[in-house]
Amino acid sequence: MKDKSIKTLRMIGLGFLEPLIRLFSGEEPSKNGKLFFTKALLPLLSIILFVVIWHAGATALYNSEASVRIEKARAEQGEEAAIAMQECIESGDVSCQPNTLPSPKQVFGAFQALWQDHKSISEKKAEFKDKVSATNEQREAQGLDPITYTGRPSFLDQIGTSLKTVAAGCLLAMLIAVPIGIIIGLSESLRTAMNWLIQILKPVSPVVWLLLVFMIVKTVITDPSLDKSFIISFISVGLCAMWATLVNTSIGVTNVHNEYINVAKVLKLSIGQNIFKIILPASLPLIFTGLRITVSVSWMVLIAIELLAQSPGLGSFVWEEFQNGANDSNAKIIVAMFVIGIIGFLLDRIMLSVQNMMSFNKGMA
Amino acid sequence: MAILELNNVSKSFGVGSSKIDVLSDINLKVNEGEFLAIVGFSGSGKTTLINLINGLLFPDKGEVLLKGQPITGPGPDRGVIFQNYSLLPWLSVYSNVKLAVDEVFPKMSKSDKEAHILKYIEMVNLTPAKDKKPKELSGGMRQRVSVARALAMNPEMLLMDEPLSALDALTRGSLQEEIIKIWSQDKKTAILITNDVDEGILMADRIIPLTPGPKATLGPEFKVPFDRPRDVTSINKDEQYKRLRNDILEYLMEVGATRRQTSDQKYILPDLQPVMPGRVIFGKKKYAESVKHF
Repeated sequence: MKDKSIKTLRMIGLGFLEPLIRLFSGEEPSKNGKLFFTKALLPLLSIILFVVIWHAGATALYNSEASVRIEKARAEQGEEAAIAMQECIESGDVSCQPNTLPSPKQVFGAFQALWQDHKSISEKKAEFKDKVSATNEQREAQGLDPITYTGRPSFLDQIGTSLKTVAAGCLLAMLIAVPIGIIIGLSESLRTAMNWLIQILKPVSPVVWLLLVFMIVKTVITDPSLDKSFIISFISVGLCAMWATLVNTSIGVTNVHNEYINVAKVLKLSIGQNIFKIILPASLPLIFTGLRITVSVSWMVLIAIELLAQSPGLGSFVWEEFQNGANDSNAKIIVAMFVIGIIGFLLDRIMLSVQNMMSFNKGMA
Repeated sequence: MAILELNNVSKSFGVGSSKIDVLSDINLKVNEGEFLAIVGFSGSGKTTLINLINGLLFPDKGEVLLKGQPITGPGPDRGVIFQNYSLLPWLSVYSNVKLAVDEVFPKMSKSDKEAHILKYIEMVNLTPAKDKKPKELSGGMRQRVSVARALAMNPEMLLMDEPLSALDALTRGSLQEEIIKIWSQDKKTAILITNDVDEGILMADRIIPLTPGPKATLGPEFKVPFDRPRDVTSINKDEQYKRLRNDILEYLMEVGATRRQTSDQKYILPDLQPVMPGRVIFGKKKYAESVKHF
């Protein structure tokens, strides 16, 4: 039981909890206590330290912005206006709050507000579904499309859309990059032929890819029922992120161990058998390393692409909040920042455990 | 009748000044059903020789004939046991053998195939480990899988490239006996490449030394007169065994020595100042420094 749970934890990348489990089962308390401290408590302490510094910085910025406002009022409208401004700021009135880096407390407040917002929107959605269910059944019988909820998406809905875009983008990247990687890995001349093209296209910025995809998709897709902005954004994400997988796959295929190639030669395997039974399994670890990079790159470029493609998601959420300029907009942007970071971290961990499962070479003498 | 013939075979690698003549003027006839051992020091080109026979390499000069026909590439008629086992780490023992069987007997029915594979896994005593991956096996067990894979192809000839040199002495001894036991069941032609003269005497009918490279060539043959099955302990005490062993070793040493004498290559050694080992004792530093260079 204990060993099994430790193995699972290691597999999913939560190995830092291992000393805690050993500690609870009473195994070498002093050693595991120390390990728990270094592996789990120290990172936690550093996060706390980060929040403290952030709080101090935000307070300093708040004070400096407030004093600038007061001085400005004094210079433009005289002493009375300055006192009024100071009172207004101290009273916490929304109209005259200094607009600067939000403090951790404000960000937490914004997070709660977003959560409440999500709850109320999902309630509305459920209500709407109840209301239209009868009508939708009728419409279905008549062969019409059902009526769907078209209200404002909540923050969680936007996270969902972003994850969907990344998943579609990564799938596209995999479907393009892995076969091409295998082909150019197998043929020396094709590899040399494609090398320059790959080197030139690899560093192209996500924004340019987006514009390029926009030019093509705009012409190719004329059906108005399709979600064009989603198509544009996921294709651009895929194109930006596929290069790591492409390069890694071709390296993996080129560097298949000579032993295995000799086995294939001695057994006289056909080309298809050679690819599927020898080359592909032998290069799987490197392919998955590439896919892991692809996933993290696609999550990183996603925000910029969604922002420009007007596709609903975290990117447009950030941009809308910035344009909005409401009192808690800055805090909401910071919430989005942390959510993006944490989801990116989780995606990376998932890919890491998949990668670990694929590497047969581990522990091989 | 010779099943395998090598006529004036030479092989070199590289071009220009970095060209290395590995093998030169190799002549060899292997008879059907015999167990031949080729003995040589490491680096003498033994693996190159076996790769010429299994078809992974082709000679620069001369010809390699299998049943009178020149070899055009690797084939399932020659089962190869590699020194480094060359098992596919993502496949189980059973699947590793199956990969070979699938290629050689594509028309065999599923149940026949399974019986065939299990028979050879049983032959090398690996039935309990048939679903394990190579990384879960010891070196000796891995080499047995390799033996089973080569035998399951039902080859006309078995080529062994230092199959046992990466194993410890005990495992080595037991695997030697096992390979001989399996070989004596149907007495296929077998070529064993080894750097161990004793191993050659214990296993082979005939031993041919390969002179040290570059430009390695085959020396005179030594017949092994012992009857099969051979018993290690009784052979070890035999006077004939000692003489044979000394003859082969002497030949190899002698060739190595003359080669060194006739070599016109001069090695220029760097002029190094030796440093005296040992620690410097307090107060005696000056003395220690004075003896540092001499």
